[in-house]
Amino acid sequence: MTQVQDYASRLSTPESRKMGTFSYLPPMDDAQIRAQVAWIVQHGWNPAIEHTEPDFARGTYWYMWKLPMFGESDVDAILAELKACHEANPGHHVRLIGYDNFTQSQGANMVVYRGAAV
Amino acid sequence: MNAQPRKTYDAGVKEYRATYWEPNYTVKDTDVLAVFKVTPQPGVSREEAAAAVAAESSTGTWTTVWTDLLTDLDHYKGRAYRVEDVPGHDEAFYAFIAYPADLFEEGSVVNVFTSLVGNVFGFKAVRALRLEDVRFPIWFVKTCFGPPHGIQVERDKMDKYGRPLLGCTIKPKLGLSAKNYGRAVYECLRGGLDFTKDDENVNSQPFMRWRDRFLFCQEAITKSEAETGERKGHYMNVTAPTVEDMFRRAEFAKELGTPIIMSDYITLGWAAHNSLSKWCRDNGMLLHVHRAMHAVIDRNPNHGINFRVLAKLLRLLGGDHLHSGTVVGKLEGDRAATLGWIDLMRDRFIAEDRARGIFFDQDWGSMPGVFPVASGGIHVWHMPALVAIFGNDSVLQFGGGTLGHPWGNAAGAAANRVALEACVQARNEGRDLEREGKEILQKAASHSPELKVAMETWKEIKFEFDTVDKLDVQHR
Repeated sequence: MTQVQDYASRLSTPESRKMGTFSYLPPMDDAQIRAQVAWIVQHGWNPAIEHTEPDFARGTYWYMWKLPMFGESDVDAILAELKACHEANPGHHVRLIGYDNFTQSQGANMVVYRGAAV
Repeated sequence: MNAQPRKTYDAGVKEYRATYWEPNYTVKDTDVLAVFKVTPQPGVSREEAAAAVAAESSTGTWTTVWTDLLTDLDHYKGRAYRVEDVPGHDEAFYAFIAYPADLFEEGSVVNVFTSLVGNVFGFKAVRALRLEDVRFPIWFVKTCFGPPHGIQVERDKMDKYGRPLLGCTIKPKLGLSAKNYGRAVYECLRGGLDFTKDDENVNSQPFMRWRDRFLFCQEAITKSEAETGERKGHYMNVTAPTVEDMFRRAEFAKELGTPIIMSDYITLGWAAHNSLSKWCRDNGMLLHVHRAMHAVIDRNPNHGINFRVLAKLLRLLGGDHLHSGTVVGKLEGDRAATLGWIDLMRDRFIAEDRARGIFFDQDWGSMPGVFPVASGGIHVWHMPALVAIFGNDSVLQFGGGTLGHPWGNAAGAAANRVALEACVQARNEGRDLEREGKEILQKAASHSPELKVAMETWKEIKFEFDTVDKLDVQHR
């Protein structure tokens, strides 16, 4: 058995902060992001993009990037909006949401671009 | 004016079937429908046994009484309207019974079940009796209270989307001091779990009184939230010897600002539980529901109450989480039947589906759904199957599978969280979790030493679901 390892999570180290689904995995590459966008489209969920300064990531309401893309099923168009939001807000966390209007919930919600941890 | 048919008093014992067997009856949308698995005494016909069950669970008694004639029996009586073979069973049969709406008090699960599973279960004409399913009409559903919040509201309150939630029951079940117990909670939560849980029999014993436990656990929640930036909870068990004690504990949990408490709805009693669930909605408190004692009632295939009925009645009484079996863990369950009742807990409308043990269409109207909780004997190797079976709207609880990690609870929690997210990500990418589970976990372990060690600690498991099925259709 390997030596017992310390679990390196600290109040004092910003890297310890997590942000929901997939934040315990390495950042997604382009192909992985594309697959998640396709999953949202497949379900007929409405894609939406939100972003925030990392300082205020804990609040419920992040800034909406434009409006949710109701009815959008073009994966490339959604990816382009994610990129546009990221470029317009460098250093922000950017998350992708799939609104499920039948359950009145979010079928998917993941941070796609991670800003610097605080 | 139409004269009513004249009835005269004729004292004595009659066959039940004369009054309570109506094969031509057309069921009404307002009827409560029930199906029982009946094992009759030798020599009793199916129709007579079914009629006897209908009579004894509604208006009837063993002999005719003159006061029957002061009421409109046809308006109130339960009717056996169909009998069917039980596949793979020589003696038992299914009896379908319709109960008119006016037999029951609005919004009272207690009242419905005092009728349906009251005296009739000790009745001599049947050797064994099992309530397999109940169709609650929409009028009854709408008069019941239902989950304090439901799946959608809990996701918003806890800010967790697109994946199952992760929990862990703190072990050993009994004997830890409050401070040491809080330590175990803190380690789990900082490692990445959403929830930890009091065990069902952790109430307020001499080694750890409830108030001390609540205080230390709340500190664990607060610190782990600050550390991880995520919302956390610990199911503070308010199950208590008296209703007054139960509410005292719930009020204190609320004062602490904790998000979720728990109860045991069978040992606590349904009326007390219903009061607690109402309190939870009024006070913005999520309610986790454990089911201690259920197996006494639901395990015998010939006598008792099927768990799908206990699950439906909990949704009516109110609860945001309910333990539902894991299919794959130490408390093995029937996969098809489990899929049936987790849908009954979560969905808006569930159609009759005999292959999953669902005998009736069930419309829940606007009643929120309950998170099914898979808990007991599960570890990281089970994760792909659990995600495939339960889907997103579930709580997966790893007790030993978190606390038994060689590096401790935080590492165990992180291993489970990484495994969960890897499975969700892979599923979303279109991969088959149950066939490719091993590769998915191995790849995830390449960037998570905690997961790698967990996978070395617990053995890879084989999924042989076809052999565990216990629905009646599969018995032989």
